[in-house]
Parts: sequence; C-alpha cells; structure tokens
Amino acid sequence: MLLVLARRLANVVPTVLAVIALVFLLFSVLPGSFISAMSEEGRTIDPAVMERMRKEMGLDDPVPVRFAKYVAHTVTGDLGVSFRTREPVTQLIGVRVWPSLKLVFAAMVFAITVGVTLGFLAALRPGSIVDTVSMVGAISGLSLSQFWFGLMLMYLFALQLKWLPSFGYGDGGLSHIILPAVALGVGPMALLARTTRAAVLDILNADFVRTARSKGMSERLVVKWHVLRNALVLVITIVGLQFGSLMGQAVVVEKLFAWPGVGSLMVDSVFQRDVPAVQGCILMIVLFFLAINTMVDIAYVVIDPRIRYR
Amino acid sequence: MTTDSLLKVDGLRIALAADSTTYNAVEEVSFEIGRGEAFGLVGESGCGKSITALAVMGLLKRPLSLGGGKIVLDGEEIQSASPAKMRDLRGRRIGMIFQEPMTALNPLSPVGRQIAEMFVLHQDASWSEAMDRAEEALRQVRVPSPARRIKDYPHQLSGGMRQRVMIAIALACSPELLIADEPTTALDVTVQAEIIDLMAELCAAKGTAILMISHDLGLVANMCKRVAVMYAGRIVEAQPAEEIFATPQHPYTQGLVNSLPRLGERSRRGQQRLREIAGVVPSIQAYPPGCRFNPRCLRASDICLDTAPAITPLQGDSLVRCHHHG
Amino acid sequence: MTLKGGTSLWIGGILVALALFVAVAAPVIALTDPVMAANLMNAEIPPGLEFPFGTDVQGRDIYSRICYGARISLTVGIVSQTCNSLIGVTLGLTAGYWGGLWDDLVSGLTNLMLAIPSLIFALAIMAILGPGLVSLLIALGLTSWSYSCRLARAQVLSLKSQGYIQAARILGYGDLRIMFTQVLPNILGPLIVIATLGMGGAILAEAALSFLGLGIRPPFPSWGSMLSEARDQINTAPWLSVFPGLTIFLTVLGLNLLGDGLRDILDPQATTRRA
Repeated sequence: MLLVLARRLANVVPTVLAVIALVFLLFSVLPGSFISAMSEEGRTIDPAVMERMRKEMGLDDPVPVRFAKYVAHTVTGDLGVSFRTREPVTQLIGVRVWPSLKLVFAAMVFAITVGVTLGFLAALRPGSIVDTVSMVGAISGLSLSQFWFGLMLMYLFALQLKWLPSFGYGDGGLSHIILPAVALGVGPMALLARTTRAAVLDILNADFVRTARSKGMSERLVVKWHVLRNALVLVITIVGLQFGSLMGQAVVVEKLFAWPGVGSLMVDSVFQRDVPAVQGCILMIVLFFLAINTMVDIAYVVIDPRIRYR
Repeated sequence: MTTDSLLKVDGLRIALAADSTTYNAVEEVSFEIGRGEAFGLVGESGCGKSITALAVMGLLKRPLSLGGGKIVLDGEEIQSASPAKMRDLRGRRIGMIFQEPMTALNPLSPVGRQIAEMFVLHQDASWSEAMDRAEEALRQVRVPSPARRIKDYPHQLSGGMRQRVMIAIALACSPELLIADEPTTALDVTVQAEIIDLMAELCAAKGTAILMISHDLGLVANMCKRVAVMYAGRIVEAQPAEEIFATPQHPYTQGLVNSLPRLGERSRRGQQRLREIAGVVPSIQAYPPGCRFNPRCLRASDICLDTAPAITPLQGDSLVRCHHHG
Repeated sequence: MTLKGGTSLWIGGILVALALFVAVAAPVIALTDPVMAANLMNAEIPPGLEFPFGTDVQGRDIYSRICYGARISLTVGIVSQTCNSLIGVTLGLTAGYWGGLWDDLVSGLTNLMLAIPSLIFALAIMAILGPGLVSLLIALGLTSWSYSCRLARAQVLSLKSQGYIQAARILGYGDLRIMFTQVLPNILGPLIVIATLGMGGAILAEAALSFLGLGIRPPFPSWGSMLSEARDQINTAPWLSVFPGLTIFLTVLGLNLLGDGLRDILDPQATTRRA
C-alpha cells in the first residue's frame, strides 16, 4: 500500500515543476514582461533606474540561468518581492492564505452537504417530485454565474433584508462567510447532486444490491450497509475535481465580497502589474489544488480495497 | 398437492410493461417442489426461468410485475404478501444464489462480513458472534484457511471461491429452499462439478430443497429428481430426471437432448456434426400464435399454428404441452 | 441526467435559438444604439414602458445593450469552443496515433492544463495580453481543450487496440485519411456535446473576466461588463444587475439543457460525463 502512495506522490513532482516553468515562462520571459509591466500606461522610467533594476533582478542573465535561479528561489520559499509594496511576496500572500482556505472549504462543505443529500434523495425516489425539483435545481445551479448569484444574494439578504453583512471578512465569524460560501458553492453543489444521483441509481441496480435484497434486508439497511460506501468513491472523485474550478471561481467571489484572500490579491496585482505577486498567487493556488488532488488519491486508497492490493 | 410439498407455484403469470402495452413474459407456469427435493428448471436464455425465480422471492422490479397465479410456501400463499413478510422470508426461509459471483458480492466489504450480515439480520446475533459463525460457514463450504479468508475482499478470491461464499451466505440460516440461478455458468468447467457437489451435499445435510435453474440439461438431470423444461415463457414438459433423458416427450426437449455431444456412439457411427434446433427463441413482443415452438418444430401441423396446446398429463407426475408429443 | 423525454432538448433548443436570434437581429430589435445613446437625463430609470429593462448610470437602455451584448457573448462562446475543439482533437488524435515521445509530451501538457484552474489560466493570459475581445478569444480558446483532447486520444487508442488502424494501414490508407475517416466520425457526437456544454462555460468565463475588468471593457456592452458597472449600484438600481445576469443564466441554461439532450442522442455511453 505504501508503494502505491509513494508512486502517486512521485507523479506530482513533474507537474509541480512544469507549473513553475509555465509561470516563469509567462511572466518572466515573454518579451519584456518585467519592464513593460513597469512602464505601462504612460509611466516612463528613467533609463538609469531601469538599468539598475535589470541588474538587480538578473534580467541580463541567459534564460536557463534565470530559470534555475527562479526554481531555486521558489523551492526555498522565496517568491520575490512585490513591486507595489516592496515586501516579500510570501509575506503578502501568507496573510491571505487562511481566509481563502476558509472560504473554499466552507463552500465545499455547503456543496457536499446539500448536493450529496439532494442526489441521494433524488435517486431513492426516481421520477418523484423530489427528483424532478432537485434535478431542475441542479442544472440551474450549473448555469449560474457564481458572482451574479452572489450579487443577488447580497442584494436580498444583506441589503434588503439586512440579515447578513454585505461584504468583508469581519471578525472571521460565521455571518460574514455565509453569503460568499453559498455563492461559491452553488456550482459544485449542483454537479454533486447530479452525479450522486446517477451513481446511486447505478448502484441500486447493481448485482450486489440484488444479493443484499435477497438476503432479506430492508431498503434502509441496503443503503446503509451497501450503497453508501460505494457511492462515496464517486463523490470523492467529483469533490477533488471541483476544487480546481472552485479556486478559479473563488477569485471572482473574493473580489465581489471584498474577501481578503489570495484570489482578490491576484486580481489586484494583475491590475497593478505587480508581476512577482501574480506569479506567487498562481503558484500558491496551483500547489494547493495539487495538494488536494493528492489527498483525494490517498483517500481512494483508504476507501477502495481494490486499489490497495495492486 | 402432496402433504410433503414445500413450494407450489400455480398458474404463475409475469407481466412486462413495454411500448405502452403489457406482455406476458411468463404464463401458466405451475410446478411443485417437495421438502428436501432437488427440482430442475431448464431452458434457453430468455425463456423466463430466472424471472420465475425472482417472482418466488418477490424481487421482481419494474417493468416486470406479478400478473397472476399463486405461490404457496409451506401451505401459505405468499404472492401478495406484504414487503415486510417477504423480507422475513428472504434469507431465512428461502436463499438464493446468482450467476455472476464477481458482481454479486459487494466489492468494498470483506466477505466474512457479508456472510455475517445474515446472522445479524435473521438471528439477532451480535457482530462478533456473527463473524465467528461466518468463519464456521466458510469452513462448511470448504474454503481453505477460513480464519484468514473472512477478512478478504471479493476481488482477492477466485470465481469458485466467491461462489462458495455465495452458497455460505444463502445457506447461512438453513433455509427450507435454495434457489440457484445458473450458479456454475460463469465458472471454469473444472470447478463446476465441485460446486454442484457441494451444493447437493450441504442441502441434503440440512434438508434444504433446491430449485436449480440452468440451460444445461445434463447438469440438471444429474443433480435433480425432477426436471421441468421451459420455452418462451411456458412450461412445455416435466418429468422425473431419468425419464426425461431416456424418453423426452416434447419436440423441444428432444432437440435439447439430441444436441448434447456424446462420446462413443455417434462418433462411431461417423456422425460429425452437432445437431441443433433450427431457428431462434422468439422475443416476448413477438411470440408466435398457437404453439410458441411451431416455427422451429419439425412436427408442426395446422393445429399447432392456431391453437396453443394445453397441458397433457402423463404417467405419474409427468406432463407435456404438445399436440404431437411422444 | 435529462428531464423526461426530450424536454431538455426542446427547452434548451428554444432558449439557444432565442439567444441566437437576439444576437443576429440585434440592430433590428434593439431600441437604441447600445454605446452612443447615452443621455444623462435618463440615468437610472427603473424598468418601464419606455425602457423595458431600465437604464444604466449613463442613461443607456439596458434592453438594447443586452441585445447587442448577445453578439459578443455568443461570438466568444462559439469561437473559443471551435478553437478548443480544434486544438484538442488535433493534439489528441496525433498523440494517440503516433504515440511515443509526442504522446508523452501531449499527456504531460494535458496534465499541466488540468492542474491549473482554467479561469486562473485565462486570467493570467489576459494579464499578459491586456483586455479586449481578441485577448479574450485567445485566452478562452487556449485553456479548455483538455476534454476534447482526452476524448480524441481515447478513441484512437481504442480503435488501435481493436486493430482498425492497422487494418487501414495495410489497405494503404495514409495517416491523415485514417484519422479523418476512421476516428473522427466516432467522436463527432461526443465532440458536439462537449462543445455545446463548453460554450456555456465560455460565456460564464467571459462574464467573470469582464466583471473583473479584464475582459470586455466599458462602454462595450458585454453581459459581463454590464454587471461590473452594475455592482456599485446594486442597492439603488438593482435592475442593472438582474437583467444582464438573468440573460446569462437563461442562455447558459439553454446550452446546458441542449448539451444534456444532445448527449442522450449522440453519446449514449456518456463518455462526455464530466465526472
């Protein structure tokens, strides 16, 4: 079993390197990204200053050398210094990691609780009102623009009904995170509802469920003893995949709700042409996503005995 | 009805709802199984034998449903029993094993637990008691190293082993009837005989009757005391096992018997080709009028084309459904 | 899962047809010029007879802007999806067909793509290219080809393992001909499904990017940029947010329903299930 795990972990390394390379390529190598970033929108820079900056950032070194330096720095946790605030990027991002994590996890918790439940209920009573309503809701959830949905939620619950605060992190309490988490989680919730329903229906028609029924089990026990675990495998797959799109959408939701996370930092940095910060944010987000995927892989090995003994 | 009768199926009809009409997948099916008796139900795929078994267990699912007839277990009618009553019967009084042992077991649950479930469900055992009994059950079906095996998962066992697990599950609570739906079809030939012998032995020891369903007439005739042959949803012949081979009465049965390859006699006579029954089994939606076998029957005459033959009782308990039997 | 019968197909088809109609007929059915007809005297009027969806901060008719906005959103959807499909199919077909180093490269690239959330990737590209329609098309057209790539590659490998490819080669067919006549027809159905569903995704992505200010910039009326302008007025003029958002919702819903319905017809084995 450890071998399988080790192999999974080993697979991640090349991808991480590739991502670092890509980010480097996009932002540091493309024609004059650094310098053009600085001389945007009419801000002219004194040639002497530019020259000094070039030397400072080692822009005159050949690309492979710069790449090696970049990798070395990144791997040791040095993501450079922000153009805007002159503080280390790691520090800039560090402060924002927790709020982003909170938001993403809260959204996922919402998505799983509501989505999987709906999917199960729909599958256990196919063709019923519950089923139709859930599935209509699900496909609507998939079609929603998450930030628009957030905006509507904000209008209804924060501005009109005044039940919840309309933006910001506040004291980190529950009331501030509800609206952004729901807005962010509605997409994954919809997908989870649909896939859980399909998976459970498949399982309910499986041979081993027929065997379970032939043993004289009540439907409740059939679900509890035989259906749940098998459905879990598929749910975990979806959850893992959805984290990626969640983090993409989180960028927008963070901006909308003025949530002090890595996503909103990234957007701000893009506008301010703060290249090191942008690079750092992207790396952080991608690494997190890869970490989640690895955890999902590990979860599989734990849940599905067929994989353990490969 | 003899006093020793355990299961009596009388005029069973199973309806199939499709294309906005109802077809009769199975009709006028009647047979009787005595206590401790081995009874065989033979037929090609699609003839309705499997769904007959499911009907007895009350496991028919949409679009199939019980259209009529009686199912009597030990003197009690169960065809319209409540779901709770049926659940009580299943596993405890009637056990069932299926064709594909790989998919019939939960891949994510250790086999010992799947056997133990029977004891927890029907005998109020605690889980630890049940696991002990599961180990004992594995020993009874001759799985080596049962103490280790109870923790194994289905994919770690061979096909034959899995089927033994299924037998252990089905016989765990010493039911009065075991329904076996093609239990050896998916197994290696070398293993088939072992499994059949195991089933026969255990059932004899526990006094369990067997309803053996198969397309293999030879296998069934060897194991069972009486055999019924089904074709296109109807029973066409029923005789004691020794006689059905020696003197099949229905053209279909005769075709089945003739199509079995036999060593010796035929090859001596120089006959190389296997005899087959020409034609294919009709689909439910397209049953021919009159006798359903008439398109493939060498003896078919005018009466066969428009009148469905009725049951003709023969000597003893035997019967046949044919205008030109014999 | 689809709604009973062909309901998905019908409702989806109608919604999409409606969106297409609005986009094509915009000059005819709009009431005013979407960009120029700004009249501060008409600023922020709620929906009424003269302006069915109300007016925005600069006094422009929302309804007309939405009509013209359809052109942008649908163009983005169609162009980016075509681009993605072309890239994906080409890469997938060739990777599966020729195997070896090229396959490894493509697979590695696909893994890379899958490791980066597509919106983030698009954001990064927009950051480098700057805002505007063309950059948007490039960014969205380059970041979601993984699904069609996987589909094409899987199909080639499946046919390979069944010996079709070898048989065709023995018959003297050239590589390109094999790819076009043997492999492509099999994946056309699922490809259409992927493209339809992908269009919905592209429209949502365009809306998000424009909302952030990185896509279509004001005063051009893309549904997303309209929402970015509307955000600050959410309390005083909610209709500015409701209508563009509702339009996006209905269009994407139509595409999703259509995609689902098409999947039942074109892809019974559900190889396109995004699960």
